[in-house]
Amino acid sequence: MPAVTETIDTVQSVTEGTYKWGFETDIEMEFAPKGLNEDIVRFISHKKNEPAWLLEWRLKAFALWLKMEEPRWSAVSYPAIDYQDAYYYAAPKQKAKPKSLDEVDPELLKTYAKLGIPLKEQAILAGVEGAGEAPADAGRMPIAVDAVFDSVSVATTFKARLEKEGIIFCSISEAVQNHPELVRQYLGTVVPQGDNFYAALNSAVFTDGSFVYIPKGVRCPMELSTYFRINAKSTGQFERTLIIADEGSTVSYLEGCTAPMRDENQLHAAVVELVALDDASIKYSTVQNWYPGDAEGRGGIYNFVTKRAQCRGRRSKVSWTQVETGSAITWKYPSCVLLGDDSVGEFYSVAITNNRQQADTGTKMIHVGKRTTSTIVSKGISAGRGQNTYRGLVRVAPSAGNARNFTQCDSLLIGDQCGAHTVPYIENRCMTAKVEHEATTSRIAEDQLFYCRQRGLSEEDAVGLIVNGFCREVLKELPMEFAVEAQKLLQISLEGSVG
Amino acid sequence: MTAHPTGHPSGAEGFLHRFEGLRSRLPGARLDFVDALRGEAAEAFRQQGFPTRRVEAWKYTDLRPVAAAGFDEPLTAIDTAPALPPAHGAARAVFVDGRFREDLSQLDGLGYAAANLAVALPRLQGRLGGLAADGAQPMVALNTMLFEDGLVVTVPAGVAAGVLDLVSVATASERPEAFHPRHLIRLEAGASLTLIETATGPSASRYLHNPVYEIEVAEGARLTHARLQQEGDAGFQLSTAYARIAEGGTYDNFTLNAGGKLVRNEIHAVLSGPRAACHMNGAQLLRDGQHADTTTVLDHAAPDCASRQTYKTVLAGRSRGVFQGKIHVHQIAQRTDGYQMNQVLLLSPEAEIDSKPQLEIYADDVKCSHGATVGEIDAEQLFYLRSRGIPEERARAMLVEAFLREAIEGVQDETARAALDAAVTRWWEGQEAAA
Repeated sequence: MPAVTETIDTVQSVTEGTYKWGFETDIEMEFAPKGLNEDIVRFISHKKNEPAWLLEWRLKAFALWLKMEEPRWSAVSYPAIDYQDAYYYAAPKQKAKPKSLDEVDPELLKTYAKLGIPLKEQAILAGVEGAGEAPADAGRMPIAVDAVFDSVSVATTFKARLEKEGIIFCSISEAVQNHPELVRQYLGTVVPQGDNFYAALNSAVFTDGSFVYIPKGVRCPMELSTYFRINAKSTGQFERTLIIADEGSTVSYLEGCTAPMRDENQLHAAVVELVALDDASIKYSTVQNWYPGDAEGRGGIYNFVTKRAQCRGRRSKVSWTQVETGSAITWKYPSCVLLGDDSVGEFYSVAITNNRQQADTGTKMIHVGKRTTSTIVSKGISAGRGQNTYRGLVRVAPSAGNARNFTQCDSLLIGDQCGAHTVPYIENRCMTAKVEHEATTSRIAEDQLFYCRQRGLSEEDAVGLIVNGFCREVLKELPMEFAVEAQKLLQISLEGSVG
Repeated sequence: MTAHPTGHPSGAEGFLHRFEGLRSRLPGARLDFVDALRGEAAEAFRQQGFPTRRVEAWKYTDLRPVAAAGFDEPLTAIDTAPALPPAHGAARAVFVDGRFREDLSQLDGLGYAAANLAVALPRLQGRLGGLAADGAQPMVALNTMLFEDGLVVTVPAGVAAGVLDLVSVATASERPEAFHPRHLIRLEAGASLTLIETATGPSASRYLHNPVYEIEVAEGARLTHARLQQEGDAGFQLSTAYARIAEGGTYDNFTLNAGGKLVRNEIHAVLSGPRAACHMNGAQLLRDGQHADTTTVLDHAAPDCASRQTYKTVLAGRSRGVFQGKIHVHQIAQRTDGYQMNQVLLLSPEAEIDSKPQLEIYADDVKCSHGATVGEIDAEQLFYLRSRGIPEERARAMLVEAFLREAIEGVQDETARAALDAAVTRWWEGQEAAA
């Protein structure tokens, strides 16, 4: 798997905690004029050849956004963002839309190859042609990738293979063109336009993202994934992802992201909406590795993201797993609204802040249906001058008889300049519900370190080992390739934090 | 501004209006420092008004019922002696409708200084408002603006002061009354005191009891502060305590919330010297229509300090319980040991609990944890008792009582623990009789 070999190379080549995804691709780009106003919203909609209803929808969101105030309640601080000083649309110039991967700009393919993202189907399936379903490569399943470069999706792999199963996996712009009825039926039903400041901004100016529809009873034969790349200067990335799992279907979706190293702060304000119908199951995994800024806190991505799932069907299930190592600031609360009886929500999170990174992340579990259950496991690691906050809500409505929640939040502090904070909210209006929350904060125990050092591990390796153990409950929830990647990332993110 | 039926304005306006009218007659009006404090507080209160639920610290407690009531000052002190709760020791300070009653109190020959605030005021420059200086707290500003009396205690170094009862009694009145006592408690180095506070009131009258405490625990001193809140069914109690605990000192607070219509028990404790300790515990059993809020903010501002918090809540009927607990560990506070537990038992499908435990930690060598649980009576425990021949109702009662008592076990001082135990028993018997 390229992602794996790549990571191993990374770990070997790393010297000074460098961000190896920080290169910039020199490619001819097309921009919308700088700034944000109704004309820009119209420009984006026009550029994407959108139907009138979607333009109206965007304009409504824009009007709502103008009246909203930027949220200030989270434990992060940053200078005021000038929303007029950014490009809201940036796309690699293309002569005509590429019909197949062979026609995609080689510069782009090189970029993704460098990032370790397989955009070539044959690369993964090498030697498998005609070998039927089972790939020969160590029994690993291939991964279908939707690659988003700044504002647009540049390629989606394995489309034909997925179409055979009736699965729709494409960029959301394509879905608007080819499956408008589905998009219109679901878009904004989980995260409405006026949900919050960043969601409203996203609704107005979203440019691309992934769209997934899994038909009734279908188990998606491979992992679906989207790789987000911010490349252009002074741009914001506003992607929108919509995943619908119809009755009895199952899908696992992965998401990764990187950006070049720059002194400026770039805004990433995504919206992800998941809908799970009766007996459907969605597993959503994120390895977030946006550029975190340098050791002095210059530059880095502001990652202000709204992610929410609705378990609409009975016995439906949504599981969020996230490993947050990047971004200067992370503000994100992947949530589950458990509407269907017996539906299940899960949230597994590892968040690392080093240097001057700030993370305010957690989840909301809203229990509405009977016997709904939710599990929250959050591991926060602070090093350097990082500030790490878990902020979560468990709300149980009177209708959610026998609902059950278990929450565990652990924080690890490495160094005396960092901070770890836990802010859980529990709101229970149901007598038969059972809610449990526990949180701990500590540092790496001397005896654990001593034990590892005594056996010949360097201090840095020992810390890496202990941190990986600390995060194990979350990492084991990740698909295998991602888990390996994530473990290495943890090590890299903590570099320079010891001694 | 809404008009009260009797013509008294309600809400913040009402209080500001009365402050303007009374300013020159309030205790300490001729003392510049007191008048200046009141003036600043009035300005802060004017700007903020009653906190709304949009203020994070008041997210779960709606003060509109308090704001909507138009309050009067209590009329001049009544001479009749109201029924007093049982005494726990020889020393006692009694306040009726917020005013000190010398005839009912016993503060002579104590070996330490205890007096009422209205008398002690001239000597309190620099001490009054020293801890409760937070302008961002509207209820504290309201207290500073309008306090008339309170208890001032100073226990000299090394003196073991024993037990002191602090009694607050509200009397029945036709119009809602408000009183805002300010209590200043200071323990000098190595001193100790057990302060047992009982607040009661008539069941039918609406009133607001808005006490503010400024508590100083010096090096190696030990204060046990047991609070039995038994306000009348229609009473509001909004209390705010500020405590500062110096090196090696201990502050042990236990609050039993057994009465009142709308109650808030807010404690801000600062561990300011190494090896200081703070225990904050509480139990509450709420019935129909009651709302009780416990809000604690614990600042670990020095190394090697320990804090323990256990709060137990039982909710019956259409009651609502709120717990907000914050542990703030400053960067200097290495080797902090902090623990907080909030447990809730739901007895009714109409009850609601909102719980927000919070850790804010800036030091790395710490051991901090918090836990919160919400649930109904454990079916297995119930089965265990039933299988031994105990009737269901009795079994449930036993389990609830055991659940509450667990919190009292943490109280170190025996007199205080016995008083709390007795209060729980009385209260529990009342519950059972009512059921």
